Amino acid sequence: MVVALILLLVAIGSVLFHLLSPWWWTPIASNWGYIDDTISLTFWITGAVFVAVVAFMAYCVFRFHHKEGRKAAYEPENKRLEWWLTVGTAVGVAAMLAPGLVVWHQFVTVPADASQIEVMGQQWRWSYRLPGKDGKLGTSDVRNVSSDNPLGLNPGDAAGQDDVVIESGDLHLPIGKPIKVLLRSVDVLHNFYVPEFRAKMDMVPGAVTYFWFTPTRTGSFDVLCAELCGIAHAQMRSKVIVQEEGEYQAWLEQQQTFAELSGQRRTLKATYQVSGE
Amino acid sequence: MVDVLSDTNTGITPAEVVDVELYHPKSWWTTYIFSQDAKVIAIQYALTAMAIGMVALVLSWLMRLQLGFPGTFSFIDPSQYLQFITMHGMIMVIYLLTALFLGGFGNYLIPLMVGARDMVFPYVNMLSYWIYLLAVVVLVATFFVPGGPTGAGWTLYPPQAILSGTPGGNEWGIILMLASLILFIIGFTMGGLNYVVTVLQARTRGMTLMRMPLTVWGIFTATVMALLAFPALFVAAVMMLLDRALGTSFFMPTLQEMGQLMKYGGGSPLLFQHLFWFFGHPEVYIVALPAFGIVSDLISTHARKNIFGYRMMVWAIVAIGALSFVVWAHHMYVSGMHPQFGFFFATTTLIIAIPTAIKVYNWVLTLWRGDIHLTVPMLFALAFIVTFVNGGLTGLFLGNVVVDVPLSDTMFVVAHFHMVMGVAPIMVVFGAIYHWYPKITGRMLNDGLGKFHFWVTFLGAYAVFFPMHYVGLQGMPRRYHDIGETSFIPASAHDLNAFISVAALIVGAAQLVFVFNLAWSLFKGKEAGGNPWGATTLEWQTPQTPPAHGNWGKELPIVYRWAYDYSVPGAPRDFVPQNEPPGGFAVQGARA
Repeated sequence: MVVALILLLVAIGSVLFHLLSPWWWTPIASNWGYIDDTISLTFWITGAVFVAVVAFMAYCVFRFHHKEGRKAAYEPENKRLEWWLTVGTAVGVAAMLAPGLVVWHQFVTVPADASQIEVMGQQWRWSYRLPGKDGKLGTSDVRNVSSDNPLGLNPGDAAGQDDVVIESGDLHLPIGKPIKVLLRSVDVLHNFYVPEFRAKMDMVPGAVTYFWFTPTRTGSFDVLCAELCGIAHAQMRSKVIVQEEGEYQAWLEQQQTFAELSGQRRTLKATYQVSGE
Repeated sequence: MVDVLSDTNTGITPAEVVDVELYHPKSWWTTYIFSQDAKVIAIQYALTAMAIGMVALVLSWLMRLQLGFPGTFSFIDPSQYLQFITMHGMIMVIYLLTALFLGGFGNYLIPLMVGARDMVFPYVNMLSYWIYLLAVVVLVATFFVPGGPTGAGWTLYPPQAILSGTPGGNEWGIILMLASLILFIIGFTMGGLNYVVTVLQARTRGMTLMRMPLTVWGIFTATVMALLAFPALFVAAVMMLLDRALGTSFFMPTLQEMGQLMKYGGGSPLLFQHLFWFFGHPEVYIVALPAFGIVSDLISTHARKNIFGYRMMVWAIVAIGALSFVVWAHHMYVSGMHPQFGFFFATTTLIIAIPTAIKVYNWVLTLWRGDIHLTVPMLFALAFIVTFVNGGLTGLFLGNVVVDVPLSDTMFVVAHFHMVMGVAPIMVVFGAIYHWYPKITGRMLNDGLGKFHFWVTFLGAYAVFFPMHYVGLQGMPRRYHDIGETSFIPASAHDLNAFISVAALIVGAAQLVFVFNLAWSLFKGKEAGGNPWGATTLEWQTPQTPPAHGNWGKELPIVYRWAYDYSVPGAPRDFVPQNEPPGGFAVQGARA
């Protein structure tokens, strides 16, 4: 029976594709292995259901397709069967939902010792800010954003003066320490997306959003924008470089603070004006 | 057994309906163009929807050309790509599927299946179509205005939708898009009220609610949902139009654009998302429920077996309809809304899987011990089950909040929603057209062409969207015209993308065979007769085929039984029409 065979092949082919295809998720580089585990669990449960339903259909088509003299059974309802199927489905759904909610609870519970960093999106580039020696990020406002002050830091806020500002460079992070990523946008929605970290979150103008993760693998990882943000959405790229603590500190030493940057810019401007005259 | 479903209510006298209340057309214009006959309006809706659907099909070709072979086609630039995806999505979801299922199938089938002469408000019904047509014209006009159509994505998220960094954002594209949506909703509301009132008020004698075919239940519930959900989109569209045209700030916070501080302030981009998805999630079921209903009738008719668990099927439709209003924020797990929402919306979303699964079980259990005729409508119904189960199960990934985090905004999502609300409902659309074309035209569609169309469409669409999940699993974001250089997408993924594109082009081309079949069979198709499939529901029992104005002769049919008396033990034939009185002899209630 050709139709039954093709239906069966669709089910078997899907499973084989899943098992044999080289296309799979990226090697994880964060603490969110639980998310991968939940996805795997969901694949097993849903895969079994898919194969069972399609195989059952294929069998029905094979066994009960029209032949001369065949007459269908007349069975409007079967309360017991319907009841069992409902309960079985509910159990399967609970088996996926429960671990999902447990992991979500972890995902939204930021550890107290997480250090804060800030990522800012604008059409179409990324900027980063790390707290300085005081461990605190200064306040900011989109109204302050200018070419001199790309992140819109509040010039009057003492806490912001030692913040490390990285404009259109790569973000470096130390391995093994929990990080709370604060997300801001100057203009439209963006989404800070590093596939290997598994976590992502939209950046919304007028609000500060966040997620947290712990880098678990050193290396260089692509940053992409995952929320449509206009014509150059696909080109909005950057990199996160996860390093051992020592290397990270060495890199951090070389970065400029907000105070240094704005001082330098003032100097540059003054020089320009003098030479211009 | 379930005597309640086919009980014997003898002693009903035929309802003689004085037909003065029906509008009688006086000229060619009022018969075929400005018609108030639901059947003509249905055909107008369906042809318009299919015509605009062809535009969406061509757009999908262009998108796949770009994705499969990036950089090869110089006539597709990044901003055009965004315009293509936006218009493709908008057309498919709203202007094709919603309009076709409710305006097309709803108009044709509701009055015939419940034994009414027409919709309750024929004049408003006519207006509904013409306003829909106007909405489509405005939509098409965006292709020809300066700046072209909007490229904001079909979700139209502000602020980008109305800013200059998005195609059409600071030009006419977004304005006309919003205007077209507003028109569509006005037109739909007129039609939708008609469908609901007709089902509630104009059923013929004996047609209790629990005897209605599931097709009517699906369309009826979907229409009620649409009447409740579309106002949210209406409000959102009006507010965004004000933000764009008058500079109000409903959705616009203080922001800078290209180094310039804008005059906006105090608005909320998330508010738009909540309004959009309060409409947008029910919208998924507005498309799905009519498909659920129709496919139930296709399976039952062509398997010559009563639908299994009819009452459970009705309650599942109603439960899904109700639950679908409390799951909308599962589209917003990574939107930056309060994280505690995740617990609630993940739970409601996964609960909806239970009534949905019951429907699937009952479809396949209807096949069990049936007499399965592998007609073209039945083949499409089987393909619907495969693709719907596949797409529904991946919904369990995306609905389960934490699993959604890595997958959201990737091609996995694109693959999921295409499988579940693109391919699956379209399988039903095709199945339904092959099933009801004989009633609408009096002729059968060509079977050989139909089977060719089926196999290419089913296997091709599966080959397009099944592998696409794995492209997303790798981390490929959606709405990228070109992934470009990355460290995590291997070269082999580009080959897979090219394969998907080739499959998509073939599936698209196969639709031309379908269109040809529609046109060719109109003149050359085999004569169908009144009831070629041996179906029980009332539309197959009309005195004329195609049904005449007023549907029935002098007397309306009387309904004595549920819609699924197939292969009843002891009956002379393997089906007993709903209007056949108990006693085993056929009486046409509707005699001319």
